[in-house]
Amino acid sequence: MLKTFRIGGVHPPENKLSAGQAIKTAELPKQAVIMLSQHIGAPAQAVVAKGDKVKVGTLLAQAGGFVSANIHSSVSGTVAKIDTAVDVAGFQRPAIYIDVEGDEWEESIDRNETLVKECNLDSKAIVERIKEAGIVGLGGATFPAHVKLTPPPGATATILIINAVECEPYLTADHQLMLEKGAEILVGTELLRKAINVERAVIGIENNKPDAIAHMKELAAAYPTIEICPLKVKYPQGGEKQLIDAVIRRQVPSGGLPIATGAVVQNVGTAFAVYEAVQKNKPLFERIVTVTGKSLAHPSNLKVRVGTPLSQLIDACGGLPEDTEKVISGGPMMGKAVVSTDTPTTKGCSGVLIIRDLESRRKEMTACIRCAKCIAACPMGLAPNTLMNATEHKDWERVEKEHVMDCIECGSCSFTCPAHRPLLDYVRMGKARVGAIIRSRNAK
Amino acid sequence: MNLVWIATLSLGCIGAISAVILYFVAQKFKVYEDPRNEEVVKVLPGANCGGCGYPGCGGFAAACVKATSLEGMLCPVGGAPVMAKIAGILGMEVAEAAPKVAVVRCNGTCANRKKVNTYNGASNCAIEAALYSGETGCSFGCLGNGDCERACQFGAIHVNPETGLPEVDEELCTGCGACVKACPKMIIELRNKGPKSRRMFVCCVNKDKGAVARKACTAACIGCGKCAKECPFEAITVENNLAYIDFQKCKLCRKCEAVCPTGAIHSVNFPPRKPAEPKPEAPAQPAAPQSGTAAAPTAQA
Repeated sequence: MLKTFRIGGVHPPENKLSAGQAIKTAELPKQAVIMLSQHIGAPAQAVVAKGDKVKVGTLLAQAGGFVSANIHSSVSGTVAKIDTAVDVAGFQRPAIYIDVEGDEWEESIDRNETLVKECNLDSKAIVERIKEAGIVGLGGATFPAHVKLTPPPGATATILIINAVECEPYLTADHQLMLEKGAEILVGTELLRKAINVERAVIGIENNKPDAIAHMKELAAAYPTIEICPLKVKYPQGGEKQLIDAVIRRQVPSGGLPIATGAVVQNVGTAFAVYEAVQKNKPLFERIVTVTGKSLAHPSNLKVRVGTPLSQLIDACGGLPEDTEKVISGGPMMGKAVVSTDTPTTKGCSGVLIIRDLESRRKEMTACIRCAKCIAACPMGLAPNTLMNATEHKDWERVEKEHVMDCIECGSCSFTCPAHRPLLDYVRMGKARVGAIIRSRNAK
Repeated sequence: MNLVWIATLSLGCIGAISAVILYFVAQKFKVYEDPRNEEVVKVLPGANCGGCGYPGCGGFAAACVKATSLEGMLCPVGGAPVMAKIAGILGMEVAEAAPKVAVVRCNGTCANRKKVNTYNGASNCAIEAALYSGETGCSFGCLGNGDCERACQFGAIHVNPETGLPEVDEELCTGCGACVKACPKMIIELRNKGPKSRRMFVCCVNKDKGAVARKACTAACIGCGKCAKECPFEAITVENNLAYIDFQKCKLCRKCEAVCPTGAIHSVNFPPRKPAEPKPEAPAQPAAPQSGTAAAPTAQA
């Protein structure tokens, strides 16, 4: 029997419309808008000024702390201004505007496509390269990669897990990347394995990608340390905690870090970015984005420079359909509806999803019928209905006692609720409030 | 018959012994409670709103009894009359405290602030604010889902369906601050009610740059600083592209309102301005601002 995580989970319709579409390179934008906070943690500090000439790969902003990441230019041209731009959620955030002129790369970047397997760097040097290249988790959470590769004192890593699950419906970027860049991903995996000094690496792939599993198994035969682990299709298997449970049957303790189980998890896209950064000296400034939707003319997988407006990606795939009601950055389960399609692509943007008129509307909420489907679906073993009730009554003590902080905001509860109750919305609010209460308590 | 006697006697003995023990325990662990506490609680309105900053009316009463003076203590619901009664009970002087009122600092009506997207999630400001910037281009403004309305125990604040903004009923508002805490955008502020309920305030909390703010809302404060320059009392500060009027310093001269290019500065409860002020009167105003400006329109009215 195939492995999967043990608690909860749902199975939304997969809708992988762009599966099998070869990766196409998106056109360069006329003006790239590069946000200064494309990662979890402190925003990066700009090191360029208005009027500066930059090349592809030039450092634009330096990490603003340990949990932060460098940001590099994705285009060549002149810095037009350092101002604010609207982010996905509609807030004004600092950004660097670059007028694009040509496509001139930094000389240090090796643009040769040949596979480089050998690497003589030790673990510290690899982590340093990853840090320099500004690599963040490309699965969507955008946690700076070098932080995860530096285990806190007292914790030791015993296994590396590469997350190639792609459990979000519609998205196919990782799938296609494995088919086209499998060999590079394996080298990247080896580098990551070396960086944290572990003996074993497992690549977890959901069973709805049989071609990718077969392809990776064939390539991995040459690596005795890498194992390909097919997984049963279930959402949210791509969640870090769920994937650890699925692969090594260990559960992250409540309130603990994943490293407590000895596992370090990195996304498959991150593994490829690590390969490029260490072997080709190429910083992270482009990524694969799935542009998809039932009404879209040509759902595709695009290689996109960070800073390209989403509208340009949609135009490249046939233009925004008339009946569009919602555009989501990311997948349908955990992605965020964007306020404007002028928003630039960021490092964490794994997909652009067009939702039609009828599909986008929420259904009318009715009373809870106590069916407990949400409890059965919650992959963290929480009781979303109780959390929602307690949040509605502002009973923060109860909300905290019910382990709201363990919620991974996967949305399985809202998805499964037959009464269409906005469970996740309330749980998220409760989580935010309880988080603030805990922080103020710790500060005392 | 014997059985009845034995039962009565033994139970009686147990009762007597317990009574003696309980008496001594009660003496040992006696907690002295100021009898004035109860009197003060009786005077308080009993809303338990927490507007005074203490956990309910009981907490406020205890604090009053303990305090050496009533300065800074105010029951926002009962106001001055209740404070006078408390002062009477405790034999202290009444501290004059300016009554406060909740002020909604957003004028992003449907006409001023265009919708750029539609929100159809749970009708709750806190949830919407956690998700994204809101239905309009202004990420600071009112979301209009009525968290403040639900928080108010006195029915003093209601969202007007026409403008989509909450409106405060001054008569009912006690200044307890429940709505201030409920608003996730921190739009509502408690301000001094002011003489004759007249007050000035900047009706905007947008900290974006002028052009961005103006594009999102025609009534936004663009941080131009004209009001700060005009103000003779240095009551206005402009910080992060946003003007703020300090109500402690403001003398209600209304000069700032006249110069504001977007009309973001609002004045409340003033009678209508004179149509055209004769020029010679103008220089006299800065010297006696309060009487000069506030009284002049009254005289006209």
